[in-house]
Amino acid sequence: MISLLIRDLRIATRAGGGAGLGLAFFLMVVILVPLGVGPETQLLARIAPGILWVGALLACLLTLDRIFALDFEDGTLDALVCAPVPLSGVVLVKSIAHWLVTGLPLTLISPLLGVLLNLPAEGYLWLMASLLPGTLSLSVIGAFGAALTVGVRRGGLLLSLLVLPLYVPTLVFGAECASSLMNFKDPLAPFIFLIVITLGALAFLPMAGAAALRANLR
Amino acid sequence: MSNPNDTSNDLPRGGLRVENLTCTRGGVPVLRGVSFKLSPGVAVLLRGPNGVGKTTLLRTIAGLQPPLRGSIEMNGAIAWAGHADAIKGTLSVSENLRFWASVHGVGRRGISATLDHAIESFYLGDLTTRPAQSLSAGQKRRLGLARLCVTGAEIWALDEPTVSLDADSVTLFADAVRAHCAAGGSALIATHIDPGIEAATLDLQPYSTRGDLNDAPSGGDEDDDETPLGDDVFLSEGSL
Amino acid sequence: MSLWEYANPTKFMRLSGAVLPWVSALAAISIVSALYWGFFLTPEDFKQGSTVKIIFIHVPAAMIAINAWFMMLVTSLVWVIRRHHVSALAARASAPIGFVMTLIALITGAVWGQPMWGTWWAWDPRLTSFLILGLFYLGYMALWEAVENDDTAADLTSVLCLVGTVFAILSRYAVNFWNQGLHQGASVIRVDGVTGADTAEKVSNVYFYPLALSMLGFFLLFVALVLLRTRTEIRLRRMQALLARERVN
Repeated sequence: MISLLIRDLRIATRAGGGAGLGLAFFLMVVILVPLGVGPETQLLARIAPGILWVGALLACLLTLDRIFALDFEDGTLDALVCAPVPLSGVVLVKSIAHWLVTGLPLTLISPLLGVLLNLPAEGYLWLMASLLPGTLSLSVIGAFGAALTVGVRRGGLLLSLLVLPLYVPTLVFGAECASSLMNFKDPLAPFIFLIVITLGALAFLPMAGAAALRANLR
Repeated sequence: MSNPNDTSNDLPRGGLRVENLTCTRGGVPVLRGVSFKLSPGVAVLLRGPNGVGKTTLLRTIAGLQPPLRGSIEMNGAIAWAGHADAIKGTLSVSENLRFWASVHGVGRRGISATLDHAIESFYLGDLTTRPAQSLSAGQKRRLGLARLCVTGAEIWALDEPTVSLDADSVTLFADAVRAHCAAGGSALIATHIDPGIEAATLDLQPYSTRGDLNDAPSGGDEDDDETPLGDDVFLSEGSL
Repeated sequence: MSLWEYANPTKFMRLSGAVLPWVSALAAISIVSALYWGFFLTPEDFKQGSTVKIIFIHVPAAMIAINAWFMMLVTSLVWVIRRHHVSALAARASAPIGFVMTLIALITGAVWGQPMWGTWWAWDPRLTSFLILGLFYLGYMALWEAVENDDTAADLTSVLCLVGTVFAILSRYAVNFWNQGLHQGASVIRVDGVTGADTAEKVSNVYFYPLALSMLGFFLLFVALVLLRTRTEIRLRRMQALLARERVN
């Protein structure tokens, strides 16, 4: 299992692995939004948590199809199914690898982008606190979606269509948590919901993803 | 479904028994009633014209798809090598092999010996540090086959392993299969050429459904499973 | 004689063929009479005027929109556990119906909301959850269409349906948390409520009886449509199986 994680990280960070792709996309979205809505600092500060969350979600979505598609094409998935490792463990490890190369760096640079958007000082802590587990659940849910569509030719658009509705609870609680201090609300309640969703997704979705992979490999 | 680790039966380690197996490809039954036995130390060549279901049979035995009917029993682990090599282009030859060895539970102690053995068997010694994407098609295939050696599996299920191999490499492959069998393993190989292995041959007959379209699925069949075969459930005559 | 016998396509076709005309006729009669009763024989609301009468379409459509998902959930479970083809096809059949009902509920809601709240659309929890429900239906149908092997598609959509159900419920709560809205609470179920605490909001009997009839009619319509669509799907599968057979021979 650990060797699978190491291998995935190694592939992602080598040339053509596309590790920085999601990050660059995130940066683009956050830069484009002020160009679209105008430079008023008041407005930007108010919508900053929402922009950062939607940007993180889109960046995550963009890189989802890489989780299984490449392994499906070159026969690695077939060989992994035959190997003496549980397939749900493979799905879990691969979603964690995806999080480590997209969600985690994204969370780490989010304060920097918060500065660009005039995010008030009290917002930073909860922004990062919500993005950290939130992006993990985005990766796990996304890996489930990727497992569903792995056999489909040109499944990228279908993947977005399947995954976006599943992202609603995470997005709502995450953005709520990140912006609640600015709206004079308690950030703890949405944060707990976010943690519950993340843990639930970690516990059950790898199994569902494994079932989907098996059906797709048939 | 088969239980690959079921040791309660009388099969020796490395043995495989297939009974009355029926498989489908895309909802259409392609093989019906296949039965054979594979003993340790034996290689069996699967032969038959294109489309007869060699790949389907191998995939079913490897557990990649469920059989429609029949049973597959085996004692030991199975390793599958299909048309794709399961090799990552950006990783080096030895990184690829090391990964598969650890996935198959080869411990840190034995890993370098296992790798050396596999690399030697398929003559990859000069290529170990090269990224796999810079290999030629034949070299990639050799790497894909070397992967089998590091899995430590007793049963090999190989689909067209000699594609894009030159004559020397085919000899290497034959030697590897021989060594595998000598060590008590067994192999099931779908191929069109003669790889020069002393092996039994299993000829698959084309599956014909002519005439039994209107038969009730349970009519006269020796197994009493009532479940119709795949899409056959939609073929029974009725008020459609 | 067990219920599972109807999981056999032939038996299902025979039974559904016999039942379908009756269900369709009953559905037509009850919907037409309920709408006539509701539109022409009930008084106008003192606050909402004649706009209130859209309730006779809006509420039953919303009810079916949710029930269709429930139907998909149950039939998906049956497919996963017992692998009856008819069940998978029934799940496939109910998705478009649910989606269309969701659309009807959203559109009639917008038409109703415009004069009442002064806006066609508000990001109200109920409206938003219905929109999200519509997205779930879209994804489910798209997955059915995209996967070539029908059994694989049945497996994948079943898994999606099970996971989607959990996430749909989660979304409902999330959206509630996110915004407390304009929409009145569900006012139909409380009609016979013993507690008269909020009598002002409950639907009066004048409206309730035609509404109940309309709900019955929509339910029968749903059953008829599911049967019809499942029959079509079965015939389609039979045709494909025959063609595949022909290619083999």
